[in-house]
Amino acid sequence: MTEPEFETVIGLEVHVQLQLASKLFAPTEYASGGEPNTRVSVIELGLPGVLPALNERAVELAIRAGLALESTIGARVHFDRKNYFYPDLPKGYQITQLDRPLCVGGRVPLGEGEFGALQRIHLEEDAGKSSHHAAGSLVDLNRAGAALIEIVGQPDLRSPEQAFRFLTRLKQILQYAEVSECDMEKGSLRCDANISLRRPGAQQLGTKVELKNLNSFKMVRRALEYEQRRQAAVLGSGGAVRRETRLWNEEQGESAPMRGKEATEDYRYFPEPDLPPLSIPSERVQAIAAAMPELPDARRARFAREFGLPDYDLDVLLDDRHVATYFETVAHGCGDPKLASNWVMTEVLRTLKERGSSVTDLPLTAARLAALLNELNAGRINRAAAKRLFEHLLDHDLEVTEAIAALGLQQLSDPAALEQVVRAVLAGQPAAVADFHAGKQKALHALFGQTMKATGGKANPALVQQLLRKLLESGDRS
Amino acid sequence: MSAADGTARATAAAVADGSLRAVDVVEASLERIAAREPQVGAFVEVFADAARRRAEQLDAERRKGSPPGPLAGVPIAIKDNLLLRGHRTSCGSRILDGFTAPYTATAVQRLLDAGAVPIGRTNMDEFGMGSSTEHSCFGPTRNPFDPACIPGGSSGGSAAAVAARMVAIALGSDTGGSIRQPAAMCGVAGLKPTYGRVSRFGLVAYASSLDTVGACATDLGDLALVTRVMSGVDPRDATSLDHAVADFDAPPSSLEGMRIGVPSEYFAEGLDPAVEQAVRAALDTLAAAGAEPVAVSLPHTEFAIPAYYLIATAEASSNLARYDGVRFGARSGGDADLEEMYTRTRTEHFGAEVQRRILLGCFGLQRGHAEQWYGKALAVRTLIRDELAAVFARCDALATPTSPVVAFALGDRLTDPLAMYLCDTLTVPASLAGIPALSVPCGFSTAGLPIGLQLMAPPLGEPTLLRIGTAFQSATDFHRREPAP
Repeated sequence: MTEPEFETVIGLEVHVQLQLASKLFAPTEYASGGEPNTRVSVIELGLPGVLPALNERAVELAIRAGLALESTIGARVHFDRKNYFYPDLPKGYQITQLDRPLCVGGRVPLGEGEFGALQRIHLEEDAGKSSHHAAGSLVDLNRAGAALIEIVGQPDLRSPEQAFRFLTRLKQILQYAEVSECDMEKGSLRCDANISLRRPGAQQLGTKVELKNLNSFKMVRRALEYEQRRQAAVLGSGGAVRRETRLWNEEQGESAPMRGKEATEDYRYFPEPDLPPLSIPSERVQAIAAAMPELPDARRARFAREFGLPDYDLDVLLDDRHVATYFETVAHGCGDPKLASNWVMTEVLRTLKERGSSVTDLPLTAARLAALLNELNAGRINRAAAKRLFEHLLDHDLEVTEAIAALGLQQLSDPAALEQVVRAVLAGQPAAVADFHAGKQKALHALFGQTMKATGGKANPALVQQLLRKLLESGDRS
Repeated sequence: MSAADGTARATAAAVADGSLRAVDVVEASLERIAAREPQVGAFVEVFADAARRRAEQLDAERRKGSPPGPLAGVPIAIKDNLLLRGHRTSCGSRILDGFTAPYTATAVQRLLDAGAVPIGRTNMDEFGMGSSTEHSCFGPTRNPFDPACIPGGSSGGSAAAVAARMVAIALGSDTGGSIRQPAAMCGVAGLKPTYGRVSRFGLVAYASSLDTVGACATDLGDLALVTRVMSGVDPRDATSLDHAVADFDAPPSSLEGMRIGVPSEYFAEGLDPAVEQAVRAALDTLAAAGAEPVAVSLPHTEFAIPAYYLIATAEASSNLARYDGVRFGARSGGDADLEEMYTRTRTEHFGAEVQRRILLGCFGLQRGHAEQWYGKALAVRTLIRDELAAVFARCDALATPTSPVVAFALGDRLTDPLAMYLCDTLTVPASLAGIPALSVPCGFSTAGLPIGLQLMAPPLGEPTLLRIGTAFQSATDFHRREPAP
């Protein structure tokens, strides 16, 4: 628990890799991963004589991010060089934006009328990746020069839980805006957190600590909770918090100061002379706004209107853009939004969790799930069969009708054929029949179960019920 | 007639119509280089075999009927800071030991496409930092007019190669005067184009906001041609100008009605009287050709040198950070820790002048001082640009000395960086303003050392400069005087 006598102040810095097929300042093809040092050209290698040429598509995506987060788009912006030496920074400087960022201000909705304010969003190039081994250090420059936006939050979050919500919502909005996949595991979203404590009512901010190596939103929350406790203990015992960068260790559940990081490094920023200042006419911003993909709030309102779903369903379905799109296709395809919602929320999401995959990688397409639900709704298969079918389709590239045939799941709905089965069951269960006539309703359940069993579960249950009543009440057992 | 005599245009025309073979042109140039090089030392490498092979290929293509380019078979010397795929690029620096260019600079590629034959790479001050071509790991180049003297710099190798008639055209780069000043000191013409006129892609950066690619030649028609061929927008250089490139080659014409400004600040203290006398006489020649000299004032000229050295060194400190021993070039202390490898690599392989400028640049950009130094230099740069623009509202061009002094003896200023920096006093304003400037030979000192006349024009005013230069050369013969072998 936080010591109640302190107020927590948190500011987040989020790096998001733009969803682009090429790099920020070079036409080099880009996708995450790949054999080390295969996705890099002379430009990102920083060889003598090379120059950056701005990828206009990156500017467009960054502006789209700004608009989705309610930032103001700068009319005239420029790039700056941040100078420092490191082997994964081939030119010895990073091209970024210092005093004229692309987007100023903005906010992330945290729910219930709360917002996390943004200071700025700017474009910058990624560095390569260093890895350190006993035998030495290795550098992979595939990522060098990839297009990033850095989203700098204001230090106005007040709890680790708020920080968690900020990140969840930010990711959701950027995914919906099709700015980035925001996949922390693939490194397309990275987060550093600054945290300080102060006495409630204090105007001055306390000494802040920067937390790094936060590889999931849950880790961000855990690391902030730990740091909150640590700083409270330091301050509570009359000590002073050291301004430092700390690395989070998830296994040990604690952070430790990062070695060798100079807090006072001078990056000798100056305007990038290889790139002329960029003018962004308001018409360009308007065109980007007009082409904005549907954002989460708009889609939620539309789903509520079109599908009449409860709030709980909307929360679950809209969390991930691809899941929402998947659901929408299923709902339209089967014409039963609530049935579609139930199946997506339970079966689909459970499967994704079990397999750790994304809905876009699911072999069972939304169109096929819709077809499956149509079969269920039309009574051609029952619910148990539908579940077997669902599991089968996850691993087999088959149309629904093909899978039904392959599994022999066609429901018995032919009244004449089914009547023969029911008659046979009644003939074999005279005691139960007698019980029924003696007024014991439970006997009907037993007879129903026997009939289903006799058909291997394929009988249309409603039809069985109907036939049982008809035959029992008519007393016709011939 | 030897093939290397005459203009590049005459050579290209003869190669095109088959009256001259490219292989013979190249052979003549190689012979000339072999004869003069021991005394001059203009080249750090001669591409003899590659040039012969390319000439054979050009001849074969012509026989097959492919249309020859405007520079067909013309040998061109390339300053050692422009990349040519498959060849070494050194920038006069040990830090590029072992570096082979994996791609070709846009400007060089355009010359190749026009049929030119790269004949070798020329000596330069390390990374373009110098005004004498003494700061090269390959040793100095000597002035063809007096081997005891410097050729100017940093494109000293290129200017000397043209002056010694080893080639008709040599490429250079000009950041603060590095084409114009050696051209003046070697008695040849040198054109620094408008900033952005020629792509910088593949030019090893010294100071990005000032660097330009240009050429030296004896004939202004050749200079116009080579500059036109290299010009034009390049998607790989965001600062390249998307402006139609007119034919720069101006036929000799009268200068009637042309107003040529003469800024008094360029004739100030420190100007060699012989230079002043020659330039004043040149102004009379221009007046006789119909131009109207106009006295003008550019009061901020005296701040150009400090502004230039702050901006150029700031950009250089960043541009040269990539020479860290990690990916290419020289490395020292590879077994040591990272910090030590960086330090040893850069300390052991950069020359003293480069290290001095990197330190100056870092100083000017350091936190807390950037506004006072770098920021103020940018403000001065704007003042100088505006001041020049205002003058160009009243005149078509400016005429000044190119260098305040003629070529000095080797070693004379080597230990006095400030004296060396002052060589650039008259050339840096055009660099800061990004405007085109041309140096043409306009006389000789009593010791027989060449003097240059600098002409400046507003942005994209290359045709104006070449028109004035051509009129001047049709009335004079300084450009025809060859150094004694």
